Amino acid sequence: MAEIFYWDAVRRAHDEEMDNDPLVFAMGEDIGLPGGTYKATQGLFDKYGEERVMDTPISENSYTGIGVGASMIGCRPIVEIMSVNFALLATDQIINAAAKIRYMSGGQVGCPLVVRSPGGVAHQLGAQHSGRLEKLFAGTSGLRVVTPAFPVDAYGMLKTAVRCDDPVVILEHEAIYNLKGEVPDEEYFAPLEGARVVREGTDVTLVGYLMSTHWNLAAADKLAEQGISAEVIDLRSLKPIDGATLRASLAKTHKAVICTEDEAPVGMSAEIMAVLNEECFFELDAPPVRVTAEDVPMPYNHELEKAALPDADKIVTATQKLLGH
Amino acid sequence: MEAADRKRLLQEMVFARRFEERCAEAYHHRDIGGFLHLYPGQEACAFGVLEKARVGHDYVITGYRDHVHALKCGADPKEVMAELYGKETGSSRGRGGSMHIFDVQNHFMGGYALVGEPFPLAAGLAKGAKMKGSDQIAICFLGDGANNQGTFHETLNMAQLWELPVLFVCENNLYAIGTSLERSTPMHDQYKRAEAYAMEAAQVDGQDIDTVMDAAAKAVDFVRSGKGPYFLELMTYRLRGHSMSDSGRGYRSEEEIKRWMERDPIYLFRDRLVEEGVITADDFDRMDKEARDHVDDEVIPFAENSPEPDVKDLTKYVLSDDDSCAMGQIAGGGK
Ligand SMILES: Cc1ncc(C[n+]2csc(CCOP(=O)(O)OP(=O)(O)O)c2C)c(N)n1
Repeated sequence: MAEIFYWDAVRRAHDEEMDNDPLVFAMGEDIGLPGGTYKATQGLFDKYGEERVMDTPISENSYTGIGVGASMIGCRPIVEIMSVNFALLATDQIINAAAKIRYMSGGQVGCPLVVRSPGGVAHQLGAQHSGRLEKLFAGTSGLRVVTPAFPVDAYGMLKTAVRCDDPVVILEHEAIYNLKGEVPDEEYFAPLEGARVVREGTDVTLVGYLMSTHWNLAAADKLAEQGISAEVIDLRSLKPIDGATLRASLAKTHKAVICTEDEAPVGMSAEIMAVLNEECFFELDAPPVRVTAEDVPMPYNHELEKAALPDADKIVTATQKLLGH
Repeated sequence: MEAADRKRLLQEMVFARRFEERCAEAYHHRDIGGFLHLYPGQEACAFGVLEKARVGHDYVITGYRDHVHALKCGADPKEVMAELYGKETGSSRGRGGSMHIFDVQNHFMGGYALVGEPFPLAAGLAKGAKMKGSDQIAICFLGDGANNQGTFHETLNMAQLWELPVLFVCENNLYAIGTSLERSTPMHDQYKRAEAYAMEAAQVDGQDIDTVMDAAAKAVDFVRSGKGPYFLELMTYRLRGHSMSDSGRGYRSEEEIKRWMERDPIYLFRDRLVEEGVITADDFDRMDKEARDHVDDEVIPFAENSPEPDVKDLTKYVLSDDDSCAMGQIAGGGK
């Protein structure tokens, strides 16, 4: 097993799937000749040509729609939207078309489209480049929404998504493309449903996805120094949320802290809270706690940005309070 | 075109007209719910263009005024009507309704309720056909109002840039619901807007089916021969209101409507065929009666007597039935 960068894991999945099936093609702004803003398609333009690694004009809604149309007749397009903030321009094609076509047609035609888009808060990019829109897609019937937090899932989920007959939105994160991690040398298909316990513990369950999984892991290290054993669950899929894995963890720890990078109102934390309530209520010793972003457009100023976001220390403080330390 | 084909074409148009008039009746009886947008007055557009395409082979896509396009593509009228009734036997299993007729078997890739949404889908169908090395083309029918959406400009730009085999057919009926072209769009000639993207384009009379067929033959040949996309503007008029809740009167004059009624595409075609000696006036009346009887005796009873979808199937078709991607158990690896 080799350690590779997250972006390289995404690139490898593209490469293998394009090699496997001539009807797989990638499209997006700057992904071809320039090699991709985050290098996720580096080298593929030379290998597969401009018909299959397409540089698009700045027309998010329509190139996404071209992907939808092609997917309806058996192509397997992978559409990269440079930033999830720009994916808002493509929500008509993602939410009104891709997500609904199978249903509206009474099952006659599916839409095996993959939309990959990085989101989250990187560093001081200002409000219009710091969107966390997972709630929008996770709240839409007919889409699968996955959030690979590690290179192994970035690789395996993209491979599975390309072969999946449903539209899949893969939310990546600008701040973790340069994370390194182990990825199997042989071909691997990650499931598109199901959470994973990424660290075992007995005193409290820390729930998160994408960046908040990394904050939760850092918080678990700090808590361990204080003699508190935290279990960390990476949701991986935001739709459906894996209640069974949460319940199994709560059966050990009986206490949960939810961390998300988005705001609390109508955000992912609200949905996770609802799942804990519906599926884990009798395992809970105390009401779950959430650590989320503040309800503000993301500020540019570094100190304000830090104040607006969760981090390991905030998770530690919330956990201590929950455990009565 | 052979006389027999001309006669058949007229018969198809008459059938479509009677089918839709019967829809209006069923709507008033509340057998059909939701929104209902009818097509009378514009029939020469769908029939003229598709007569020159390869229906069942080429991909066709349109907006919410979609029944007649579906019929011309080969959809079973009984299933289209059953869809309007929301029945399990409907072309979209009762899940789509009037605005979302799909008949994928005949490559009718759907009607869509969002104005302008089908432009990129059509280009995507064309992209797919091109990738597969097929000689299929995609045909996108939309109204003039749709051309004010961003998707029009984005898609025409990309379609031309990538030389996609797609034919855009603009059915310019002069109105977007109640707002006239003059009041929404400074450039009234829609084909000129396409020319701004260096696209081959033309504008012709959309009431005269022979004119439409001539223009369509040229456009289809152009696209199929790999020269890139084409934009065809057909000047037409809807004789009814925009939908069942619109009388079509408040924003246009009686005089204007009357003028266009005199150019009803079906009667123009009938008169020409009588003149050519292909049919007699009596033949036409017989055709008309046959169409009405067909709708009343077969189409409507089928829709009425079909079962409703089973509520236990409510969540069927949201995702595919194949669970392998959920589990990560993909068959394969390797080629
Ligand atoms: C995105 C969107 N905006 C508004 C509407 C409401 N609407 C439905 S039809 C229509 C007019 C469209 O006119 P046109 O494209 O000329 O088609 P026509 O009905 O004349 O065939 C409008 C505004 C809609 N369905 N979708």
